[in-house]
Amino acid sequence: MSISEILFYFLSVLALGSALMVVISRNPVHSVLWLIVTFFAISGHYIMMNAQFLGIVNLIVYAGAIMVLFLFVIMLMNLNAETEPKKNKWLRMAGIVAGGCLLLVMVAALKDAEVKRSVVQLKDGNIGLIKQLGETLFTDYVVPFEISSVLFLSAMVGTVVIGKKAD
Amino acid sequence: MKNVLQLVWLIPLLPLIGFLINGLLRRQLSKALTGIIGSGVILGSFVISLLIFLQVKQGNTAVVDLFDFISVGKLSIPFSFQVDQLSSLFLLIITGVGFLIHVYSAAYMHEEEGHHFARYFSYLNLFVFSMLLLVLGSNYVIMFIGWEGVGLCSYLLIGYWFKNTDYNNAAKKAFVMNRIGDLGFLLAIFWIINKFGTVAYGDLFEQVAASAKTLDGTAAIVGITLLLFVGATGKSAQIPLYTWLPDAMAGPTPVSALIHAATMVTAGIYMIARSNILYTLAPFTQGIVAIIGLATALFAATIALKQNDIKKVLAYSTVSQLGYMFLGLGVGAYTGAVFHVMTHAFFKALLFLGAGSVIHAMHHEQDIRKMGGLKKYLPITHLTFLLGCIAIAGIPPFSGFFSKDEILAAAYGANKIYWIIGVITAGMTAFYMFRLYATTFLGKFRGEEHLHGHHPHESPAAMTIPLIVLAILSVIGGWVGIPEVLMPNAHSLEHFLDPIFAESGKYVHEFRPAHHLDHTTEYGLMGASVGIAVIAIFYALARFSKRPELGEPAGFGKVLANKWYVDELYNAIIVKPLQWLAKLLNGFVEKDVLDWTVNGIGRIINYSSRQVRLLQSGQVGSYVLLMVLGILAFFVIQFFVKK
Amino acid sequence: MNIEYYIVLSIALFCIGIAGVLTRRNAIIIFMCIELMLNAVNLLLVAFSKMHHLKGVATNPNAGIDGQLFVFFIMVVAAAEVSVGLAIIVMMYRNVHSVDVNFLNRLKH
Repeated sequence: MSISEILFYFLSVLALGSALMVVISRNPVHSVLWLIVTFFAISGHYIMMNAQFLGIVNLIVYAGAIMVLFLFVIMLMNLNAETEPKKNKWLRMAGIVAGGCLLLVMVAALKDAEVKRSVVQLKDGNIGLIKQLGETLFTDYVVPFEISSVLFLSAMVGTVVIGKKAD
Repeated sequence: MKNVLQLVWLIPLLPLIGFLINGLLRRQLSKALTGIIGSGVILGSFVISLLIFLQVKQGNTAVVDLFDFISVGKLSIPFSFQVDQLSSLFLLIITGVGFLIHVYSAAYMHEEEGHHFARYFSYLNLFVFSMLLLVLGSNYVIMFIGWEGVGLCSYLLIGYWFKNTDYNNAAKKAFVMNRIGDLGFLLAIFWIINKFGTVAYGDLFEQVAASAKTLDGTAAIVGITLLLFVGATGKSAQIPLYTWLPDAMAGPTPVSALIHAATMVTAGIYMIARSNILYTLAPFTQGIVAIIGLATALFAATIALKQNDIKKVLAYSTVSQLGYMFLGLGVGAYTGAVFHVMTHAFFKALLFLGAGSVIHAMHHEQDIRKMGGLKKYLPITHLTFLLGCIAIAGIPPFSGFFSKDEILAAAYGANKIYWIIGVITAGMTAFYMFRLYATTFLGKFRGEEHLHGHHPHESPAAMTIPLIVLAILSVIGGWVGIPEVLMPNAHSLEHFLDPIFAESGKYVHEFRPAHHLDHTTEYGLMGASVGIAVIAIFYALARFSKRPELGEPAGFGKVLANKWYVDELYNAIIVKPLQWLAKLLNGFVEKDVLDWTVNGIGRIINYSSRQVRLLQSGQVGSYVLLMVLGILAFFVIQFFVKK
Repeated sequence: MNIEYYIVLSIALFCIGIAGVLTRRNAIIIFMCIELMLNAVNLLLVAFSKMHHLKGVATNPNAGIDGQLFVFFIMVVAAAEVSVGLAIIVMMYRNVHSVDVNFLNRLKH
């Protein structure tokens, strides 16, 4: 058990556990907080794989901005465990069983995949660094990049339009 | 002058043009113009046919290619005409007799309304066009086109007075029965294409002649010839498909003369004569043809003995004479059969036209029991009719004697029993024809004079001139085929047709030595048949001129008068079960089974839609759940089932 | 580290997300579960990108970089999506005074 393996298992258990807590928690605020934990765990995975830029962006954008948005909305609506709507038992069972089945099937499908000899490079490799990513992004991927800026703009406009109080 | 053969395409084209003009402008043209156009185009065809005939007589034959008709893979069926001895002879018969009948029709149909009159002529022209295609085609497919065309025109003309349901039924009957035969013909064509890869007469007969030894009597040849013969039985009204012809008398009389006596019904004979080499190689089929022909001849003759409708007698007589021709074909006397077609065309057309003249004079009365004594009112009709009767009865030197005798002599050579039955039939023929003659023209007039207030009167010249021409032809028509016994080298028809039947003849001489009749036998045969005919004639004249049968027939005569109950038999065996089946299909299968199935499918879809609709609950959660299940199913199929 | 572990991990995260979507009725929580699924996919994409990088670095120093760029774009789109989605939820809350998705099965109120 090398240090990176230990780290891997720790982060994985953390991510899975907190993800489960997201689903299980009655209180929406708790769900949000658990989700932030999950994102931190996933960012940790990114950093382990030396995808530094993504790791940091994940923290800033997801754990930071997006989750704060969620939190903000939940606070705004004053949601708590009491107001939480509950599905009936059978539908919840069905949902869990369906998710579980999907997990089983996909893991079973993995058994036939040729992945035994494929190794993920940890710690080394510089493709995750800002320099390399930036070069590629502004050369090969410049058009999607620009388009995404337009997307953002339209999303902003759309949000404002939708969010405006209907007079 | 050989280029006249290249004009052969004009022969069928002219009637086609006539058909189009008369058909499309039927409301604009006057009756006189219609008659002139309708007859004129046929006259034009006749003139060209005559020129071509003269060329062919000098030995010039040709296959005139017009255009490519069907080309599929190795099979190529050109639209081409074959001008040779056989087709040129038939051209003369069709256009010649056709022209006379057109002229006659112009007078006979004068009571019709203008556009119906033109409709009649356009059908008649279309018929001539189809018939010319049938005999001119250089392969079986063109023949089949003509074959179907004449069937169609026959239907149209039998049902010409379409307001009468019986006539329509008769037309339908003719059409359906012909279709049964046509199917046989079509199958034969397919079989020929399959076996020989060509339908052109020239190629096909060369192939067959080249491999005659190996083909002799094989199943394929027998099958092809039998199927062709099935086609012939339909078109030429032989047992078992003959019942449409007597019913076909529903049409106007000139139609009966042209289509159902002179031309169309001889298409079967033409076809078999054309395919003579095939038949020569299939002795089994020849036997069948001979037996069917003979049976039909006898059978129809017995029925004709007791018919009281002037046209029905002639119709059964036609069936009987066609039987003779098939007997001739069956015993290998191809020339005799073609000869009989020719003479029969003359005298039967004459008899029908004469009958038409009588009917015309009697104001559409066709029952001979209501006639009698017409001799003094209709002198020309009477005389020509008498000549026709003598000709058909086979009294020398009239045409019928020579052709019938040739067939009978050949039948004697093949099998004595054929000859005996043939002669008995000949006697019956003479008897019923003179019964008809005597009842109609001799004795006292039995019609209702007071009803019309005047006597029957002779028909106009347009009707009598064709009668006279045909009567002359009936008298002298047989002189082209005087047997060797009476006059050496006088059988010019045989010499003329020799190239057509040469292969068959060669083959027969080589493989099946024929019985050569010595002269005494031939004289004996002639004497016997003529003697029987004369006895029958005098008996009939004596029996019917003074006291015609007016009462209802009894005993066996009743069976004959009711045509052996064949129609009733067909009704019981074929029509009734079919109708019952149709009722079953309509009542049970369609309403209960098919409708129930179709509606059931509709109901199932309705029901299942109602059930599936419940899935569209509007609950986002359930949608997502289904989506996941779907993805799950995909994965399962992808990874576990596919192996 | 073998790629299998990453695959299993991200499948597990993904399925937890799915289970969450199926079991909860709160629109915001469902939304969060969708984000969780997106992140599971992002994780796998990065893992694959590093795997390909290891295989192809000899010929191409930038091998596998596309995977990370995709993740970047997914984040971009997700951010936009979240902003719009939350706006919609807020609007729905204004109308219905609830974030229960089952209220959405009626088209008008």
